[in-house]
This record gives sequence, C-alpha cells and structure tokens, in this order.
Amino acid sequence: MMRVGWLRVTVIVALIGALELACRTGIINQQTVIPPSEMARALWALLASGGLNADLERTLGMIAVVIALSILLGFIAGVALHALPRVREALEPFFATYYAVPIFIFYPVLIAIFGLSVMPIVLIGVATAVVAMIIATLNGLDRVPAVLGKVARVHRLGRIRTAVTLQLPAAAPYLFTGVKLSVSYGFIAVIAAEFILSPAGLGRDIADAYADFNNRRMYALILFLLIVATAVNAALHALDMSFAERRRGGRP
Amino acid sequence: MSVPTEVHAQLAAVTRVYRAAAGHPPVHALGPIDLDLRKGEFFAVVGPSGCGKSTFLEVLAGLQPPTAGTVTFEGKAVNGEVADGIGVVFQEDASFPWLTVWDNAAFGLRRNGVAAAEIRRRVDDALAFMGLKDFARAYPSQLSGGMRQRVCIARTLVLQPRLILLDEPFGALDAQTRLLMGDEVLRLWRRTGATILLITHALDEAAMLADRVGAMSARPGRFIDIIETAWPRERDSTIVAEPAFGEITGRLWERLRGESLKALGHSGVNAAAAE
Repeated sequence: MMRVGWLRVTVIVALIGALELACRTGIINQQTVIPPSEMARALWALLASGGLNADLERTLGMIAVVIALSILLGFIAGVALHALPRVREALEPFFATYYAVPIFIFYPVLIAIFGLSVMPIVLIGVATAVVAMIIATLNGLDRVPAVLGKVARVHRLGRIRTAVTLQLPAAAPYLFTGVKLSVSYGFIAVIAAEFILSPAGLGRDIADAYADFNNRRMYALILFLLIVATAVNAALHALDMSFAERRRGGRP
Repeated sequence: MSVPTEVHAQLAAVTRVYRAAAGHPPVHALGPIDLDLRKGEFFAVVGPSGCGKSTFLEVLAGLQPPTAGTVTFEGKAVNGEVADGIGVVFQEDASFPWLTVWDNAAFGLRRNGVAAAEIRRRVDDALAFMGLKDFARAYPSQLSGGMRQRVCIARTLVLQPRLILLDEPFGALDAQTRLLMGDEVLRLWRRTGATILLITHALDEAAMLADRVGAMSARPGRFIDIIETAWPRERDSTIVAEPAFGEITGRLWERLRGESLKALGHSGVNAAAAE
C-alpha cells in the first residue's frame, strides 16, 4: 500500500478509536451512540441469526436493479441525445437543474399510483441515478477526439463498429464516472425511499429500530450499510484506477 | 533520377464549397484544382494558413466529397468514401490511448479479419521498421509526441496502402525531431514504393522530402506553381546543406509570400473554417 493509503487507514482507525474511547469513558452517552466495537458485535450477531436475510436480499436486490437500469437507460439516452443535438439543446437546462429538485417529493405520487410495492422505490432510484449517467455519457461522447471519426472512416468502419471499437473506449473514463455516480445515487435513493415509507427493507429496518429505541440494531444496520457502500465504492475506485493505470501505462 | 509517369490519382476541376452557415455566405475553400499524382512519387503541398490544404487532402482521401469535379484513384472514382489502398496519417494524435502500441498497429488488420499469424508478422515488421519494437507493450501515454505519430504511421503501414496521405503529421514536433521524422518517412516511401502526398506548412520540410512540391494560393486554394526538386530517390535530411535546397525553398517562398500576405488579410475565423 502507498504512503497515502496507510495515512488514510490510520485516520479511519484513529477516528473509530476516538469514538470508542468517547463512548467507553462516557463523553458520549451510550444511550445516544454505542461504541463501534458494540456495533460490530451486534452486526455479527444479527447476520449470524439470519434474521436480516429477507431484508438484505430485498434491499440489495433493488439497489442492483436500480443501478443496472440507471446505467443502461442513461447510456442509451445519452447516446441518443448526442446524436440528436436539437433535442439535447432543448433538454440541457432541464439536466443542469435536475439535481436542484428534490426528487423524493414525487414519492407520495408514485405510492398513490403503484401502491406500497417495490415499484415506487425502483422508480425513485432510477429517477435519481439515471441523469448522472446521461450527463456522463454526453460528456464522454463530447470528448471523443474528432480525429477518431476520421480514423474510423479511413478504416471504413460502420456506425456501430465505430461506436463500439473507438467511441466507447475513448469515452470510457467519463462513462465510468457516470457508473460511479449511479451506484452512489442508487444506494442513497433506495435506502432513503425505504426509510420514508416502505413495508420492508434495510431502510425500513433502521427506521423501525430508531422508533423502538433499539440502538444496537440501528447502529448495526448503519454499520452494515456503511461497510457495503464503502466496499462497493472502493472496488469501483480500484477498477477506475486500474483502467487509468492501463491508459497511462504506469502507476496512477 | 527517374521520374515516375504513371498516373496514380487524379483530380480534375475539383472544387469544394462549404454550405452557408446561418448568417454567413458559403465558403469556397478549394479549387478548381487539376492534378495528376504519379505512381510512386512523393508530392508535397504547401500554402498559407487556411488555404484549403487539409480540405484538399480530405477530398483526395474520400473523407469529403468534392462540390464539383472528379477524383480518381487507380482509375476508380473517389467520392466521399475512403478507397481501399489509401492510408491517412493526421496531424492530431490519433493513437488509441486504451491500446498498447502493438494493438494500435494491429487495429485495422483485426477489423479486416486478417489471419492472426499474418497480423503478427505485419505488425512486428512495421514496429521494427518504425523503431518501436521495444515499445510494443507500452501505451501511447508513455511515448513522446513523435513516437505516437510513428505509432499512427505503423497503423497505416500494416495495411500496405498504395497511396499514403500525410496531413501535417509533424506539425506539433520540434524542428530537429521533424527532420529525423522526415528521414523515417523517406525510408518508408522507398521501402513501400507507395505514392505519398504530404501536406505541410513548412517549406523546408516540403523541399527536403518531395519529388514535386505544389504551392497553393490563398483561399480558395489552387496550385499556383508545382516545383520539381530533382532529388535522387536515395536521400535524407542531409540534403538541407545542398545549395539546391536553398534555391527550392527560396523559390517556394517567392511564390507564397504574396499569397501568405493575402491570407493574413482574410478573417482568421473564415480561414480556419476553410482549413
């Protein structure tokens, strides 16, 4: 691991240690926050009991569906809009202000239409994540050097082959940014939607534990989501760095 | 010196006019141009900025259709589609940063469905010829600008083009590297026997490399003079010390000075659009 990596780990360990110390010495009331070691123990017990399996399956499954749909639809929409500059021009102000609108305000409407099912959550998740992918796709395609189009014509590549063999790899770093954002937004949207109004899922579980003053369960679930989100993002970051390293031909 | 005479590519009364953009008149970028490119010759085109040199190359390559006139390559009409046997190297860095040098060079062959053993043979050969053998596994980002341009030349070379069009390929390089790259191109030209057309803004580069140099007028670009250099086929960058080299560049400048002044008088925006 590089020096900066060790520094990062040291900072995290120090913060966890400080929280543990603050909880154990009473600086922080344990009725408000339990020590991290207790959180870990509670999480282990929860996972070992199998009582979390149904919620886990439901929530992670939904997150996976939301992310997959957002990436796929965002990419297709981005490619289509890139090919239709007038439509893109008309929609650009909408994209620029999209994240200024709290998309969750539409959640009650979706529940009214679809009921308390997974559909409103998936739709809110996709609506939250898809625009990041569209913007990243447009950004990536804009940055494909014009000369690659000429190279494609010199090699007599058709439109699809040009897109697959030249434009897509050239735009890949920007597309990957869209993928990372879609993953983050997907996580946030699904958990938040479950938290607000859902009959099941990890978000609902956290909300219930909070309402029941069940600190051990609540912090165990928060810790679990933190670990999963961090692990997924770390994996994506590692993948991104490995692509960048390949392009740079050396250490990133 | 034996001068090739067989016509390899021909432009007859070729013009290129860009359609009017909103609020602007149409831009007459090129022509009329009549030119016979002789099989196996090295022809260079020089002219003031914005005179339509690159437009000329793209029309000849088939990357742009002529507005009027005809372009033929090996007796067949070229019209907005790059013909088999034509290779183009661009001024911009057109190497693919996501592929290694070897894969960059193999790109066109793989798309053409050439057998793996033949790809290996041709790519290894082209990389060795371009002095890139030791960099086969490197990525373009690890190479200098000159080496990346050599990667692009190798990618063209493996396809064994019979007409190689070079659009200011050394424009971004320093003067010494350009001289050395010129030697590389001369070596490539002798070995492949291909016809080469070089677009350049550097009079010395054109005078050193070409059998014939076409001097182009300010926009719309037309040939105002075509100068035979009479260099032997076996030549390299040391000919810049020859008295004849100074005479050729002097004559080119004499023809182009007025045109360059004329081009400076044009709106820079329009000139850039035409180029």
